Amino acid sequence: MEHVKKFFADERPEGFNTIGIPEKRTDSLGHVTGRTQFYADRNFPGLLHLKMVRSPHHHARILSVDTSEAAKVHGVVRILTHKDVPKNIYTILCLIQVEPDDEPVLAEGKVRYKGEQIVAIVADSAAAAREAAARVKIEYEILTPVFDVEEALLPGAPLVNEFHGHNYFTYEGYHCRRVRYGDVEAGFAAADHVIEERYSSAPIEHAPTETTGCMVVPEANGRFTCYSNTQAMYFTLDNTALILNLPFQSLRMIGGTSGGGFGGKVDVIVEPIAILAAKLTGKPVKYEFSREEEMQVSSPRAAERIYIKDGIMNDGRIVARQIRLYVDAGAYSRHSPYGTTKAAAHMPGPYTIPNVHVDCHCVYTNRTPSSAMRGFGVTIGDFALEVQMDKLARLVGQDPMEFRIRNAYRDGDMKAHGKTTSGAALVEVVQAAAALTDWPLSAAAKAASSMKQEG
Amino acid sequence: MTKARGRGMASVNYPTGMNLGGDPSQALVHSTTTGSFIVTLSSVDLGQGLRTVMTQICAETIGIPFENVIIDTADTDTGPHCMGTFASRGTHRIGNAIVMAAKEARAVLLEVAADELEVNATDLDTDGKGNIHVKGAPSKSIPVFQVALAAHFKHGKTISGRGMYLRERSYPEPETGKMSPADDYAHACTVAEVEVDTETGEVTVISLKAAYEVGRALNPKMVEQQIIGGAWMGMSHALYETTEPYYPDRAHGPVDFNQYLMPGPGDIPEFGGVILERPAPSGPYGAKGVGEMTANSPIPAIANAIFDAVGVRVDSLPITPEKVLRGILAKQAA
Amino acid sequence: MARVPLTFTVNGSEAAEFIESGAMLADVLRDKLGLTGTKVGCQQGTCGACTVTIDGELALSCIVPAQRVEGRRVETVEGLADGANLHPLQRAFAEGFAAQCGFCTSGMLVAARALLDANPDPDRAAVVEAISGNICRCTGYEPIIAAILSAAADMRGAAGQKTA
Repeated sequence: MEHVKKFFADERPEGFNTIGIPEKRTDSLGHVTGRTQFYADRNFPGLLHLKMVRSPHHHARILSVDTSEAAKVHGVVRILTHKDVPKNIYTILCLIQVEPDDEPVLAEGKVRYKGEQIVAIVADSAAAAREAAARVKIEYEILTPVFDVEEALLPGAPLVNEFHGHNYFTYEGYHCRRVRYGDVEAGFAAADHVIEERYSSAPIEHAPTETTGCMVVPEANGRFTCYSNTQAMYFTLDNTALILNLPFQSLRMIGGTSGGGFGGKVDVIVEPIAILAAKLTGKPVKYEFSREEEMQVSSPRAAERIYIKDGIMNDGRIVARQIRLYVDAGAYSRHSPYGTTKAAAHMPGPYTIPNVHVDCHCVYTNRTPSSAMRGFGVTIGDFALEVQMDKLARLVGQDPMEFRIRNAYRDGDMKAHGKTTSGAALVEVVQAAAALTDWPLSAAAKAASSMKQEG
Repeated sequence: MTKARGRGMASVNYPTGMNLGGDPSQALVHSTTTGSFIVTLSSVDLGQGLRTVMTQICAETIGIPFENVIIDTADTDTGPHCMGTFASRGTHRIGNAIVMAAKEARAVLLEVAADELEVNATDLDTDGKGNIHVKGAPSKSIPVFQVALAAHFKHGKTISGRGMYLRERSYPEPETGKMSPADDYAHACTVAEVEVDTETGEVTVISLKAAYEVGRALNPKMVEQQIIGGAWMGMSHALYETTEPYYPDRAHGPVDFNQYLMPGPGDIPEFGGVILERPAPSGPYGAKGVGEMTANSPIPAIANAIFDAVGVRVDSLPITPEKVLRGILAKQAA
Repeated sequence: MARVPLTFTVNGSEAAEFIESGAMLADVLRDKLGLTGTKVGCQQGTCGACTVTIDGELALSCIVPAQRVEGRRVETVEGLADGANLHPLQRAFAEGFAAQCGFCTSGMLVAARALLDANPDPDRAAVVEAISGNICRCTGYEPIIAAILSAAADMRGAAGQKTA
């Protein structure tokens, strides 16, 4: 691909030995010979297999769990319930002081989404584990679920997660993450046009070619080695030690090679229970998500619902932007409290708008918990923002590219979250894209720059 | 059967790193007896090529050939802490940690070389090919190989370094949202050309062409890999994928790749792109994070192109043929 | 579960193992023979990561009962290289940056080799058809298609030189 060198040339020293050179990847030989080692490309004598019993209901109380028939299946070594987990209720961001703990390792008293894990079967073959899992008998009292983010926030909605006490994450006493900049009501009053639009998305799965999984080996010195495709080694280690109440130094994580992650392998979802199983059986244990589990049980990208209200002048300046955004976190927090903050920080997009009002809600519903995915907190926001920009451009009769350049942020501009813009380059990528695709631009648009304000 | 063509665009930025949590990573660098350098990390390669770009960063900073650097990752017994690979943080955070460690190692390397050559360390430079020479007098030189041996067996010095990246953690103000989410933002502008079948609502993406501003493309071919792979994933998000086709109803969730649809090799558009670089002052050699942004701008560009083609707005993802067709029929009825 | 004997050829060598009677070919290759180049991505026969050939025909080893290959000839990604010499497809993938995470690569190479063995001069449509059973989540397919066409051209050139 061509590098358009003319932009920012005086900010960019050149002439390196290896930086900027398309060096051949150091892993390509391993990849093309099939010798790159993924976590599952190893075997251990006596390896046990862990399969989960999962909730068939969206929202239910667990009345009884009977594992007696499952225990009789030939090959079953151990069956785990929440009683076996030292710190069963946790939240993965507790390490950066996000609270409260709101998610069980194995369901305790209640299930909050279809597919939630309840009982772990450990057996000497995957087939035996699956057979035993099918024979676990669980009695449920079905509860009314709530699936819609706005319905979940209405008074009287079913309570999804009792640890929060309401169906939203609390941001330092507020029910949403807020950005307040300027005065949007004054902006709307002064605007030539005001439009309000609604955008939405459904959950999206990471679908890496390699599913989430790990293999744990109890070592002779009492430690545990966990081979994992996690995207975050220490994050996994530290959370696991807390959940299992094990000394941190007793765990060793080995990995570093993941067959696609995209944010789907940061939930610390397989390692704690697999390591517990290895500890309780004294044997190596493998816990691998099936493709069906990867698709419906592993966290997806959150569905979002976004309302954008804009005030715009006839000359194309956006003078006020109000955003109401709902992140569908599903049944548990996972990374969503952070992602929702990131969504708020991203608004109102790379444009300089003098009045901005943002409310981003992290909402709990009875579905598979959502979590980080490529573009976390931003992807769906960008869909909404850029379709809105297209509508606005047409409303005032401007070319979409020209409209972007008109409103684009420049160095020195104040952002809605209180930081000064620097390193801006939106103007230049629009200019370069226009040149690449023979999209006509006016002379003024071609002369624009991120580094100075034009008249 | 009518096919309508349309063109749409979208422009975006994307922050580098996960800033609200401090976002730390560490690296250790050391030389072997013979002047190969090992970089020890706990970082994860998801396929983006972390091992390769970190090799380049270490080699450049120390001033030695690419081939003489080995990346050792990930084992928490030997690798120092890394927050993880996500948030487009890897190249920037881990890269910066390696720059710091490599600089420390380079300083010792030059110190030992200076001793061997009986000059001041400040008079020396590396040639990037495995030698250290006096500035302005390239013939007065010594191979890195020899310096390493001397350090190990004569001087008793360890040619090594420690590196750390940590950004001061930002706590958003609850009332106003004043916060410091990121130091650096990459930029992208995508133009999508589509063809819509007005009888079935099916959308074919003809081309996805874009300009990307990435700070510095440390490995241009690997940046291209993110650009093309990201464009494909963006197209897939826009038109194909969801685990809940009737969201918020959970019925009929796909459980295999026959039901979870993604574009195949026969569905891909013409990909095109250009790269711009506005180096980030805080980035290793100016690099910003690229891996996530590339999937974002194609999505609204495609939505806007559909509107341009058939005058139908679909404001919900995924934009399925059914939604497009309903829009076309509603427009015809109106 | 009962164990049964299984004898077959894999990448030109004889393999003889006692296997679980319900085992899939992919598990036998990976766990018994240590040939972990063949990957398992779905165990549903829908992603192609486990692609091998059985008597020259493409097969999804995650859903082929191992006993089916009794007495037959199996080829995996490990059989592509000739000792230390990479197959032109492997070289083309490496040089063409056609792999990122690498998990789909084995299956892609086996499918591509089967195509070029049958058709040394495929057009783009034939390449697309040949890899349509192999899912890649990272690359967007374009570099893979380009690498296969490039390898095909290399192989035709080399063959031309041999006969010249």
